[in-house]
Amino acid sequence: MIDLPGLLPALPEIFLACAGMALLMIGVFHRGDATRLVSGLTVASFLVAALILIGVAEERVVSMNGLFIVDGFALFMKLLVLLGSALAVIMSLGFIEREQMARFEYPVLFLFATLGMLMLVSANDLISLYVGLELMSLSLYVVAAFRRDTVRSSEAGMKYFVLGAVSSGMLLYGASLVYGFAGTTNFDQLAAFTLDSTGIPPIGLIIGIVFISAGLAFKVSAVPFHMWTPDVYEGAPTPVTAFFAVAPKIAAMALFVRVLVGPFGDLAAQWQQIIVVTSLLSMILGAFAAINQRNIKRLMAYSSISHVGFALVGLAAGTPEGVRGVLIYMAIYLVMNVGTFACILCMRINGRMVEGIDDLAGLNKTNPLMAFALAVFMFSLAGIPPLAGFFGKLYVFMAAINAELYALAVIGVLSSVVASFYYLLIVKLMYFDEPSEAFDRPIGSGMSTILVGASVFNLFFILAPAPIVDAAGAAAGTLFNPPPAVLEAADAAAAVE
Amino acid sequence: MDIGLGHYLTVAAILFTIGIAGIFLNRKNVIIILMSVELMLLAVNINLVAFSAELNDLVGQIFAMFVLTVAAAEASIGLAILVVYFRNRGSIAVEDINMMKG
Repeated sequence: MIDLPGLLPALPEIFLACAGMALLMIGVFHRGDATRLVSGLTVASFLVAALILIGVAEERVVSMNGLFIVDGFALFMKLLVLLGSALAVIMSLGFIEREQMARFEYPVLFLFATLGMLMLVSANDLISLYVGLELMSLSLYVVAAFRRDTVRSSEAGMKYFVLGAVSSGMLLYGASLVYGFAGTTNFDQLAAFTLDSTGIPPIGLIIGIVFISAGLAFKVSAVPFHMWTPDVYEGAPTPVTAFFAVAPKIAAMALFVRVLVGPFGDLAAQWQQIIVVTSLLSMILGAFAAINQRNIKRLMAYSSISHVGFALVGLAAGTPEGVRGVLIYMAIYLVMNVGTFACILCMRINGRMVEGIDDLAGLNKTNPLMAFALAVFMFSLAGIPPLAGFFGKLYVFMAAINAELYALAVIGVLSSVVASFYYLLIVKLMYFDEPSEAFDRPIGSGMSTILVGASVFNLFFILAPAPIVDAAGAAAGTLFNPPPAVLEAADAAAAVE
Repeated sequence: MDIGLGHYLTVAAILFTIGIAGIFLNRKNVIIILMSVELMLLAVNINLVAFSAELNDLVGQIFAMFVLTVAAAEASIGLAILVVYFRNRGSIAVEDINMMKG
């Protein structure tokens, strides 16, 4: 009789997988349009998964014969991913109904993409990393092209697919080299291997790490692998763009941190230069390329490139403090972006979506509350104190300075100044220009709740930063000083044999 | 002459490079891009199986099985997106994929 591997740590993922299949059945057999029902159930499943996640959380558990890990870091990132996905589904509902793309597969695809992200965050082996990554990416290719009657959406899907496939190929090639030169795909054994090989690690291993970093840089859209971002952001339906901007970025960033700090932590001298250069280029390109953009979704694409650059500053430091900075940054980034995209989704004139930043002119006169919320998000994205975005930057730059990466910190702060140009431009348009046509009202209760919640978070983060900062600090700690892993019973038996 | 690990790795590296070059140099047809992607993944499989034989370790072959499975799913989704795109645009030439720029 073969013992089953410990399933308990993976319970949230197993629940989501079953829920996804059940929702497909409900969608098929429900009379009439099931989109609203399935969307509601999808959000409910995210909530249940989050509750299970908190319920089964332990210090550090390795399960499924070393393929799957649950620790404080995974818990923190998974909660962020679930929050981002749930908000994206809620924001989508009105849009897909208005734009005649309401099909029940839409929330189910979000659910499967989220399942892939959770697997990704918990990966403890190159194989589970690859499978989780592909589950996420394949679902995302489809949702990018979900509005299949328009050229732009299908073109976005096509571009995302081609470049995403190239990036998976590079990541895999790197994984194969790492496997060949280290003799294992398991992260714990890889860490032990790099610790043993004193002196110069095998060159094949280094090349493998470079390829894996390139593949992951694609997924977080860091320069020089950012070229898909503006086109996909612009072409994909807006709520899908909102989803792209938050959940997959957070999951991929979590994976990036885990792979570089975990198995390859002792080779920090090798990968640190790569991360420093990527981070610098992302911050600079994100700041300068966005200046001429007139389409707000494209502008947000460049904005997200620059934010990924800021988050990578923390990773470049390679210290627990730096990783804590990355975690705080991603949490704040999530809220800022969800809020901004909620505003973008409200940009409708006579029932038609508009995307130009000139359409925002004079918003203060026609809809002062929305103008105020968007101004808060813009100031926060620009990193102006006392808003939340400032603290995200503060923690990563502090970590960079403590790690003696002075040039990186200085250039980062300067590029942040350049980037604030286009954020403030939007504020100026809203408050000082003559109004153009007013946006449609009402914007719906779900949307206004998200707007209010996100603005309150951004405004009052300064009063109570402790919960997030402490949680992030604890999560980063589990990555650097892992407590001895609790092996599940079956795995422990296998280890004895 | 003995065929050793180095030879397999060289073949895989050449195939991988051809795959990447096929994606970035090709200006004609999107289907060629899909073929190039497959070529890259198969190069990875050669690598994995060669290392697996060299190390006397089965993990590499299991990995190769996963790669094959996922590659099939990926190709089907790619072709589906291609069909949708062709219906909208009436062309699958690479130089026609240019609605968005900047």
